Amino acid sequence: MMRPGTEAELAEAVAAAAGPLRILGGGTRPVGRPVEGEALSVAGLSGVVLYEPGALTLVVRAGTPLEEVERVLAGEGQRLAFEPMDHRVLLGGSGVPTIGGVVAGNVSGPRRVQAGACRDSLIGVRFVDGRGAVIRNGGRVMKNVTGYDLVKLMAGSRGTLGVLSEVAFKLLPVPESVATVTLHGADGARAFEAMTRAMKSPFEVSGAAWLPGKGEVHLRLEGFAGSVAYRAGRLRALLAGPGEVTVETGAEANARLWRAIRDVEALAGHAFVWRVSMAPGAMRAGLRADLDRTARFDRVVDWAGGLCWIGMTEAQAADYAPRFGAADAVAGAIRFHRDLQAEMADPELGGGHATLVKGPEALRAAVPVFQPELAPLAALARGLRAQFDPRGILNPGLMG
Amino acid sequence: MDMPVPNAAVIAKKEHVVARLAEVLGEGAVIHDPAETRAYECDALAAYRCPPMAAVLPGSTAEVAAVLRICHEEGVPVVPRGSGTSLAGGAMPTADSVILGVARLNRVLEVDYDNRVIRVEAGRTNLSVTGAVEADGFFYAPDPSSQLACAIAGNIAMNSGGAHCLKYGVTTNNLLGVTLVTMDGTVVEIGGAYMDAGGYDWLGVICGSEGQLGVVTEATLRILPRPEGARPVLMGFDSSEVAGACVADIIKAGVLPVAIEFMDRPCIRATEAFAGAGYPDCEALLIVEVEGSPAEIDEQLGLIKQIARRHDPVELRESGSEAESAAIWKGRKSAFGAMGQLGDYMCLDGTIPVSALPHVLRRIGEMSAEFGLGVANVFHAGDGNMHPLILFDANTPGDLERCEAFGAAILKLCVEVGGCLTGEHGVGIEKRDLMGVQFDPVDLEAQMRVKDVFDPGWLLNPAKVFPLEASAGRRAG
Repeated sequence: MMRPGTEAELAEAVAAAAGPLRILGGGTRPVGRPVEGEALSVAGLSGVVLYEPGALTLVVRAGTPLEEVERVLAGEGQRLAFEPMDHRVLLGGSGVPTIGGVVAGNVSGPRRVQAGACRDSLIGVRFVDGRGAVIRNGGRVMKNVTGYDLVKLMAGSRGTLGVLSEVAFKLLPVPESVATVTLHGADGARAFEAMTRAMKSPFEVSGAAWLPGKGEVHLRLEGFAGSVAYRAGRLRALLAGPGEVTVETGAEANARLWRAIRDVEALAGHAFVWRVSMAPGAMRAGLRADLDRTARFDRVVDWAGGLCWIGMTEAQAADYAPRFGAADAVAGAIRFHRDLQAEMADPELGGGHATLVKGPEALRAAVPVFQPELAPLAALARGLRAQFDPRGILNPGLMG
Repeated sequence: MDMPVPNAAVIAKKEHVVARLAEVLGEGAVIHDPAETRAYECDALAAYRCPPMAAVLPGSTAEVAAVLRICHEEGVPVVPRGSGTSLAGGAMPTADSVILGVARLNRVLEVDYDNRVIRVEAGRTNLSVTGAVEADGFFYAPDPSSQLACAIAGNIAMNSGGAHCLKYGVTTNNLLGVTLVTMDGTVVEIGGAYMDAGGYDWLGVICGSEGQLGVVTEATLRILPRPEGARPVLMGFDSSEVAGACVADIIKAGVLPVAIEFMDRPCIRATEAFAGAGYPDCEALLIVEVEGSPAEIDEQLGLIKQIARRHDPVELRESGSEAESAAIWKGRKSAFGAMGQLGDYMCLDGTIPVSALPHVLRRIGEMSAEFGLGVANVFHAGDGNMHPLILFDANTPGDLERCEAFGAAILKLCVEVGGCLTGEHGVGIEKRDLMGVQFDPVDLEAQMRVKDVFDPGWLLNPAKVFPLEASAGRRAG
């Protein structure tokens, strides 16, 4: 494995590469089609470059462990607003997640509904393109429209357009207080209704999730203590109807609960996991559609119904397979995957995206892991890759 | 301001191109009489003018696609135009270009409160988006000061901000989907009412691309429930440094105001003379606004005042009513008009790290003396987005050039301290030739490669964003 220690060495390694490269941070997020290539780790590019708490900005090398970033920020009572998940819980693996990996996957947690995604907090990047050139975009200020926004293009491009060497964020202060208002005994209809009602209120909900397995809807509030208490009371009244409503104000209990939602702990034991992004209204309808009746699976619903994690165990996938003449669990999962992506592509349902997040290599190699794009966008994507990586050496094939 | 030499071959076939456009749009939607095309000769950067060859006002995405297909076939440059309020010359025509105005595309297509989105045609004005949902308690957050007139299409092209983006973000953070027509007439649907698609962040790169990658005809925007209330506090300080330190302390304390606005003494004096808002006569003034229920507002303003007192304010005035809130905002909102009373001015838009505020303000003061031109500062302090207003007299020969040189010096200073040339207005033609100050050639090359993908012939919104010499090879090709 190549492990450059500086940006210049990274650029040199890419420029000198004779064949495909498999770009790694901590290697904890093996999402996408398997890549054949020499491993190139960015973990050697580590450390905070600049941290200005008074300006709410952080510049950090891409290989810096996420834990270190979070520790440094916590020291000043600040944090990354977008609450990136730790994929190790879901995918296993023992690597050290890096901040560059977070950006490469645009990894965003429950607070996405209020504070935006990783890409919304990202204000600057440095990266090495497929030619080995070091390119800068954005900067370290919050408002910047100077030139094209390649910052956002790099977020979520999974190392296929360039290898991140440095990233800059705007930050948020850690609020004084947190509370979660929980509705118990909620089925799908009641859960979506509750989440929608909460999000339409002015009470600034910073997390809205439904755990169907437990029948619980969790609504998080953050801010100054008096304000949180006030809003919790209002939200509680807003949820009046079937099902008990409780309020949890303990810091530890809240941290544990939202970490579990963020990391999709409920599906950690499932062999196959998909991530579905749709409008909440469409998700509500989609979950009742054909798939729901013919397949057995488990789910965790986040983003007020806009994000659904679907998990299938080996047994559930094996059960799905024979209906379509498929032989085994992997074949069942392939069939399910295709059905799911077809449903997303159905304009009647309002559009959405299904991504296979967890599954054996055999499965990931057999299907388009990411939702296939419409023809004009797919052509633009090929065009971008040809421009930024003309030799086709950066994580080739990973995004399909 | 250098502009590329117009393509004589294109101008020579004006009649032919106009006839083709009229065939798909109807005569009424194609403007080609030189007396009428003058209406499109400039945007809000009125110092530079050039009538286009023609202007078209399509009424649907299909018509936009037809116009672009024709212009693509004929090799005619196209300049997209929203409401023409760009302060950067983003909609400045060239003599061989067709202006594609989206003003007729102004319908609300769908309001969906359950998903908290609105889908509109892109010619709709910013304020009328909020207008369509405010009766139901919702609003569209980005609020550029031209919001009464500016179009969503232009907001997307320039990634517009506003006074409240400290809390709610700018256009790119509130945009969920677009219908985009590329230069060859292909209609591309991107995003929708859902968040974070799996592929590349197309919305991210299109937003802020200054109309050079495609023409946005429809947009899905996030709408938010209106907060229960909002109230500002006004504070005056003896020096800009102290005001800057107070801003940093407020931010560090964990309060997230919706707006922190800053005005310096020249700006305070001008607005007092103009609007009589009752501002204190001091070196620096801050307006800090917070949102929530009455009790939440009290709690936040209490904390903010406590922080402000540590910095010995000469004035600390909390609004106690709607009327008092309006009075506090009155001066700030009339600042640009007030400066206009003093003469011609040029409004800059650089962003700096908040920590560099005192240094930059001091240097601007020194440069003001060096260039012999007055300057007033009014800006969004929470995010470091400055708006120095340089005063000059357009009728005095050499004054505009001196003003531009002063402006360039300020923007270079912004970059030097770790900031950027433009925080919310865009590059346009105005800052095009300064791009080399902020970016190395290789950085600009990477951006131009994105344009190569969307518009290989470089026909869309020519001569903007990139220095002419940097794009020369591509434009010729």
